[in-house]
Amino acid sequence: MCFEAKRLLKLALGPVLMLISAVVLGYGPEEAQVNMAPGATEVGERIYDLHMIILWICTVIGLGVFGVMFYSIIYHRKSKGAVAAHFHESTKVEIAWTVVPFLILIGMAVPATSTLLEVYDNDDAELDILVTGYQWKWKYEYINENGENISFFSNLRTPQSEIHNSEPKGEFYLLEVDEPLVIPVNTKVRFLITGNDVIHSWWVPELAVKRDAIPGFINETWTLAREEGVFRGQCAELCGKDHGFMPIVVNVVSKEAYGEWLGAKQVEAAAIKELMAQTFTLEQLVERGEAVYARACLACHGANGEGGVGKPIAGSAIATGDIGAHLDVGINGVPGTAMQAFGGQLNDVDMAAVITYQRNAFGNNMGDMVQPIDVYNHKKG
Amino acid sequence: MGDHHHGPAKGLGRWLFTTNHKDIGTMYLWFSFSMFILGGFFAMIIRAELFQPGLQLVEPAFFNQMTTLHGLIMVFGAIMPSFVGLANWLIPMMIGAPDMALPRMNNWSFWILPPTFLLLASTLFMEGGAPAAGWTFYAPLSTTYAGPSVTFFIFSIHVLGLSSIMGSINIIATVMNMRAPGMTYMKMPLFVWTWLITAFLLVAVMPVLAGAVTMMLMDVHFGTSFFSAAGGGDPVLFQHVFWFFGHPEVYIIILPAFGVVSQIIPAFSRKQLFGYDSMVYATASIAFLSFIVWAHHMFTVGMPVAGELFFMYATMLIAVPTGVKVFNWVTTMWRGSLSFETPMLFCIGFLILFTIGGFTGLMLAIAPVDFQYHDTYFVVAHFHYVMVAGAVFSMSAAIYFWLPKWCGRMYNETMGKTHFWISFIGFNIAFFPQHFVGLAGMPRRIPDYALQFADFNMMSSIGAFIYGLSQILFLYNVIATIVAGKPVSDPKVWDGAEGLEWTIPTPAPYHTFETPPAVK
Amino acid sequence: MLKLSNNPAIDTATKLVAVAVLMFAFVFVVMVPLYNVLCDALGINGKTDGQAYTSVQAGVDESRLVTIQFVATRNEGMPWEFGPATSVMKVHPGAVNDTVFHARNTLAKDMVAQAIPSISPARAVQYFHKTECFCFNQQPLTAGASAELPLQYIVDRDLPKDIHTITLSYTIFDVTDMAKGAVATR
Repeated sequence: MCFEAKRLLKLALGPVLMLISAVVLGYGPEEAQVNMAPGATEVGERIYDLHMIILWICTVIGLGVFGVMFYSIIYHRKSKGAVAAHFHESTKVEIAWTVVPFLILIGMAVPATSTLLEVYDNDDAELDILVTGYQWKWKYEYINENGENISFFSNLRTPQSEIHNSEPKGEFYLLEVDEPLVIPVNTKVRFLITGNDVIHSWWVPELAVKRDAIPGFINETWTLAREEGVFRGQCAELCGKDHGFMPIVVNVVSKEAYGEWLGAKQVEAAAIKELMAQTFTLEQLVERGEAVYARACLACHGANGEGGVGKPIAGSAIATGDIGAHLDVGINGVPGTAMQAFGGQLNDVDMAAVITYQRNAFGNNMGDMVQPIDVYNHKKG
Repeated sequence: MGDHHHGPAKGLGRWLFTTNHKDIGTMYLWFSFSMFILGGFFAMIIRAELFQPGLQLVEPAFFNQMTTLHGLIMVFGAIMPSFVGLANWLIPMMIGAPDMALPRMNNWSFWILPPTFLLLASTLFMEGGAPAAGWTFYAPLSTTYAGPSVTFFIFSIHVLGLSSIMGSINIIATVMNMRAPGMTYMKMPLFVWTWLITAFLLVAVMPVLAGAVTMMLMDVHFGTSFFSAAGGGDPVLFQHVFWFFGHPEVYIIILPAFGVVSQIIPAFSRKQLFGYDSMVYATASIAFLSFIVWAHHMFTVGMPVAGELFFMYATMLIAVPTGVKVFNWVTTMWRGSLSFETPMLFCIGFLILFTIGGFTGLMLAIAPVDFQYHDTYFVVAHFHYVMVAGAVFSMSAAIYFWLPKWCGRMYNETMGKTHFWISFIGFNIAFFPQHFVGLAGMPRRIPDYALQFADFNMMSSIGAFIYGLSQILFLYNVIATIVAGKPVSDPKVWDGAEGLEWTIPTPAPYHTFETPPAVK
Repeated sequence: MLKLSNNPAIDTATKLVAVAVLMFAFVFVVMVPLYNVLCDALGINGKTDGQAYTSVQAGVDESRLVTIQFVATRNEGMPWEFGPATSVMKVHPGAVNDTVFHARNTLAKDMVAQAIPSISPARAVQYFHKTECFCFNQQPLTAGASAELPLQYIVDRDLPKDIHTITLSYTIFDVTDMAKGAVATR
């Protein structure tokens, strides 16, 4: 029996020791992260400190409680001839263990309150970004005081082949996007967060930001990154099938690099405008369309156009039917179904390319094509 | 049983039409165990998919159906009915009553359950699949964006809510009206007390859940906009209504477990429970506080800061009565005369795991830190520590403790202890690493994850398989006991056991306390 | 105490059934309206009331400038073009300001839209007054038609001094079915 008690002791202490060794010494199996990251912001650091303080208080109390319990288990055993005492109440003791925890809680509440107030201090941001959650991607829009807002979608970049294990997984498996959010370092950035369809939650642990994206309503939160780097996060609120496949990547760069990036974005926008005026060959459109398909359509329509959440594209009546009707579905979606309106998500070149691709891939040999100007005209009615 | 003037009826009719609290208790227990196996099977699918990064076994849409059904079936099909079953068996025997107060309703409240869960499980085979919005089914994912199965799901929730309400009314009516002479409220065993309070919670909040799903039904089919901003509603309202039910619900799950532990620890410490009065008051204060803390599940929805502070402080307060309970149990063991039969081992396991879960609960209560914990595996680890430890460990303890009384046969102690050790070790391997991946940033309810979470997830899956397998041993042990266990005839069974249920013969006759006992 | 039956068990049970029924009613009669009241009072979700502001401010506070940002979101299934004419305005508290949102129905069918406003930060809600807003009513547009939707607002002079930026978000939803009074058939 005594052997068993020691085993029990070891087992019960095991997790606690594991936690202490892992958290305090920063040691874990194969260097895997075992604790919260203080991250790149002051708020994140305060949250981390708070987390550690409370963890320590809990550990100490826990060791005390378990210590008493295991002392009883070892020394007050019937098999050792222990005879039960007869006490069963003590008002003094009971008052003490009501009051003391209460005081400890007050001690915890003080730093918790001040940290919370800081998290809620949203004003005086230098940059405002509208973050919109979509099933299953994020849209970022930089609110610009003078001129057009820069806006783009950020999709998962990990290919299906890695997800389905036919290719080795890359270093940032599931945490990589085609176009990351870029923000300047040492700048208070305010995020306005909303949802397009269901509730999502925008979370970047190292920027200490997590806020729900609620359709119809707007939420706000902020960050101030003190160091440059690439910070990765994920959607934190169950939002349907691909909830696990809508990561967030934030590049925190120097203010100069941010300025350059902004400039490049404007040039890119201009280039797209120029491309929109061009006429492409079928091959060019199909080539570009394949890449667009992979990030915009594949999740629902399948890698081979076989369908899934969405209808099949291979041999479908739409993709092998009237080209204008096909384009209309792409631009306006099908209200009441999972088919979104992509007119606002893809630029005219990409829209033309992907429609052309769908009509000339997966065995759909239509041979016809859509030019960017057709998309433009369709949108303008 | 044969020597009694009228025993049970024969054949299937006995079970269909029975109004005997022991028969109904038995049915509840078997039903909940089968649901436990089904919900556990879904958990095994989840853990198998999460064994490695990448999609191996199931597609994401099916994965979401698994997490949803696992939660719903464990909460509503396994845990709640199991404690109702225990209440049916024990409450009349503990308060010296011949049966439950409303035996016919008792029969109905059980028999509407199996068809309901059959319906819920059958949604898996419907077009569009089973509900997949999580056991918390937040709108609009569960309304506008749900498949056709949502209607059947809502119907199931209505019926099982009805069953719980009927069961609770029965328990309250029994405790308030059928106590033996001399059995004052403050003499009732703690299991009866915790169930009485639980039953009041159920009567208060199950209708709220019914209201929430009714609003969903109206949004889906009758064009209202309770949860859609388009018509002037608000999806966040759903979360408030749901958690107004949901937080008391988690105490509904844990309070009867407190009762079980408060019966068993004194028995194997051979010492009276320490601080009986404070246990009762602590239970009542936990129940009261459960009504004013619901929004701590929603710290990230963007509440005004005053709301965040209120719910943070109120939640932290729960640590006080919960602490009182843990201290009382430990002090009961202090200077007792302890022995470690299987029920006691499970209670000690409960104490350890529940205390860890309580601490992580306190951490989660701190709103600014919760911004980092919310919706991660840290939360998953937390509620499995409290719920599995609370419900399953205490339920196992209860079965080992009272089974010999019920069937007059002793379980196999070696097998029981083996069950304890395997499940205790398996549980910790499964759920402790989930704290780490949660803190490192792994969101919950995802079918696939980034590579840095791989090691701990594999460990967690292995632990889950061990834990799952240990329940098969439990099932075997229970059946072996009922069929061929060593007969016991001592009314007390355990030398330290106290209470009216240990004064009647072993095995418990089909009818007990037809003349009320005198309680001093 | 009220006695409903001579059988004490039935008596208790009847009372408890009444409690359960009351709690069910409580959800609809108390929780939903109370939530809406609290939303208005505390600015939960930045919700504003759907009524035009009719009071008059005590003059314009020329000493302060508040930045007003406008953002527009089209809910899923809503293909209209929709956005503010200017995304940022700087205004004096107390002054009456006008702006417009552009909307165009890109589909070949008549549709009705509803814009849902939301203001951030929540503390600013009670200081942002709309004297005229397209969000007060549903907005029908025939196939291919476009419209300029007017918004007239006043920022209250009592706006707390530490609020310098207010964001007004509009999300437009397709309410064509609702406007027809048709029962949604999903």
